[in-house]
Amino acid sequence: MEISRWLRENTFHHSAFRDMDELVRAKEKAGVTISLCIPTLNEEKTIGKEIVIFKSELMNRHPVLDEIAVIDSGSSDATREVAASFGADVYLSADILPHMGTKRGKGENLWKAIYQLRGDIIVYIDADIKNIRPRFVYGLVAPLLFRPEIRYVKAFYDRPLVVGHGVRPSGGGRVTEILVRPLFSLFFPELTALMQPLSGEYAVRREVLENIPFPIGYGVETSHLIDVYHKWGLEAFGQTDLDRRVHRNQSTRDLGKMAFVILHTFLDRVRSLGILGDLPELGHVLRQFQVHDDIFEPLEYEMIREERPPMIEVPEYRHKRGLD
Amino acid sequence: MAPRFERILGRLEEIRERSQAVREVLLANLVMIGEIPSPTFREERRIGFLEERFSECGLADCSTDEVGNGFGLLPGSDGARNILLVAHADTPFSEKYDHTIAIHPDRAVGPGVADNSLGLAVLAAMPHLLESLDIKLKANLILMGAVRSLGRGDLEGLRFFLDHNRIPITAGVCVEGVQIGRLSIGSLGMLRGQIACSVPEEYDWTRFGAVGAILTINEVINRIMAIALPKKPRTTIVLGSVEGGTSFGAIATHAVLRFEIRSEEESVVEDIHQQIEDIVAEVAAKSGSDVRLEIVARRQPGGIPFSHPLARRTRQIMSRLGITHRIAPSTSELSAFIGRGIPAVTIGITTGEHVSEVDETVFIDPIFTGLAQLIGLLEAIDGGFCDGD
Repeated sequence: MEISRWLRENTFHHSAFRDMDELVRAKEKAGVTISLCIPTLNEEKTIGKEIVIFKSELMNRHPVLDEIAVIDSGSSDATREVAASFGADVYLSADILPHMGTKRGKGENLWKAIYQLRGDIIVYIDADIKNIRPRFVYGLVAPLLFRPEIRYVKAFYDRPLVVGHGVRPSGGGRVTEILVRPLFSLFFPELTALMQPLSGEYAVRREVLENIPFPIGYGVETSHLIDVYHKWGLEAFGQTDLDRRVHRNQSTRDLGKMAFVILHTFLDRVRSLGILGDLPELGHVLRQFQVHDDIFEPLEYEMIREERPPMIEVPEYRHKRGLD
Repeated sequence: MAPRFERILGRLEEIRERSQAVREVLLANLVMIGEIPSPTFREERRIGFLEERFSECGLADCSTDEVGNGFGLLPGSDGARNILLVAHADTPFSEKYDHTIAIHPDRAVGPGVADNSLGLAVLAAMPHLLESLDIKLKANLILMGAVRSLGRGDLEGLRFFLDHNRIPITAGVCVEGVQIGRLSIGSLGMLRGQIACSVPEEYDWTRFGAVGAILTINEVINRIMAIALPKKPRTTIVLGSVEGGTSFGAIATHAVLRFEIRSEEESVVEDIHQQIEDIVAEVAAKSGSDVRLEIVARRQPGGIPFSHPLARRTRQIMSRLGITHRIAPSTSELSAFIGRGIPAVTIGITTGEHVSEVDETVFIDPIFTGLAQLIGLLEAIDGGFCDGD
């Protein structure tokens, strides 16, 4: 699919879907259920507001969501208590498919949500969004309701295209602009049309989610994009401009760790797809440095990259969904 | 006591319980309203959002008037009476403040949540609340987000509406976020002003040792504090804010003092006003600085009597809900009603703390008692139990 046509036909602005009654009608017509998954780790300061907004606007006032679930990695603060007090279904990640063990990472929670939640569509929203609004959910869900051929809708923020008389840059984060976009340009040029490939907000059909593997760490978004693209092509994607997103900023050192894992994931994928020939065995240690009293001190981080298999391959899931 | 009013009192406990059903809607309103900056004279976005909420609730008559007030009308079954439920939409916080609101299990925190985002959120939730309680008033209920209330706004929004609307208002209820138990039935006489002092920018060696605008304002303050205030009628002078200067080492060339005179007697307010005018003229003459007094708002004292049925019914409702009432004179929206002979009260919805600070806080649990109080009061007015002679 031609990038410019995809941009024209599959890029949306949330305001196009603000008619909630129409959205609910589309949902009823499609006959689907929708689950919201908020993966958390120590988010007691922001989780209450997210649940209040979504429950009020997208459950009580307009029946867009069928369940709101928090999947928690084991917060040491009151995240789970706060979420439960506002009526979310709260799960400890370790309690879901317990015999498969517990891995620490956002991707683990996203993957276990596929088993735990009921929805035909699952929308994932990060818990640290300060300016949370209903558009973060309905803007992502709506293209799936109105366009059956779209399977995976990704969020982006700030308008990257022509606005009025001006043009603004794409607004991707630092890791996007200096790592992911150059890699996509080299190996998957069509995926560069996704304005913010690493954004943590997306809505996806279950049949897609259950058929793709889930890296448990930072690489999950990159891996998804490559796998969905490989199986269904660019036309399976949509992207929605959600305007502004206010969230915590990450340090350059943390972004370095993120970039390491994403690059690792990327190289694994291109190798498994046969796009790149022989690669040496990739290491798992990230080396950074800090200066202390004019002495350069090396810092070494073991970056374990693990991956969960497609959920459809898990016997308990097949049994639960009646797939055997 | 009228039998039907006793029925209203008898339902209050149930209303308090059932009001919990709108908890998420109310808190969502609080977040979405409170996160829109709304300093006085720039309330358009907040009013726009309020109107959108009214419209989404299916209110037929949603509008904005010439000064920017926002309205929604819940038509009554007979429409013989008109109750105006009003909350001011402006806050003292400019756009430069981070307006993010945090929701905790027991409280909401953020600039302006108490004064008066919660009041506005209650208005926005009112159609849901009445529907969930299966209450249909006979009277028309006019929901109004009032602009230009605070500071230099001088209640312009509500005054404009009361002066220009053709609907006879039976009674007014002003909703403030805090404090529950507050019962304002009267307005103090008030005069709000600022004194600005300027000195020349050039450094003048003939005035070596001159101390600049700050000490001139300080002299004004000392003189104001020396004004003898009567114990009766109760009178006070509030020094609200002082601004001046730019750095450590530069003599301040400009300083401003903002103040209010409040008294139960209008003549006392005027007398103190005269004294402050004299102080300003004298300090200006002695210091050689440019010192000016500007009056930005006035209120006439007045109100409904303590024994007025509206005041009495409100106290009875509070008492039945276990709320200890505190009669507190008001200088806010109430005075606009009083000046036009419309019976009105101001009530608070919940408890709170740090009002006017960036960590302004409202507590969530008492909100439902506050809502029951408000619903009881609306039903009492609707039933004619608050009519004066």
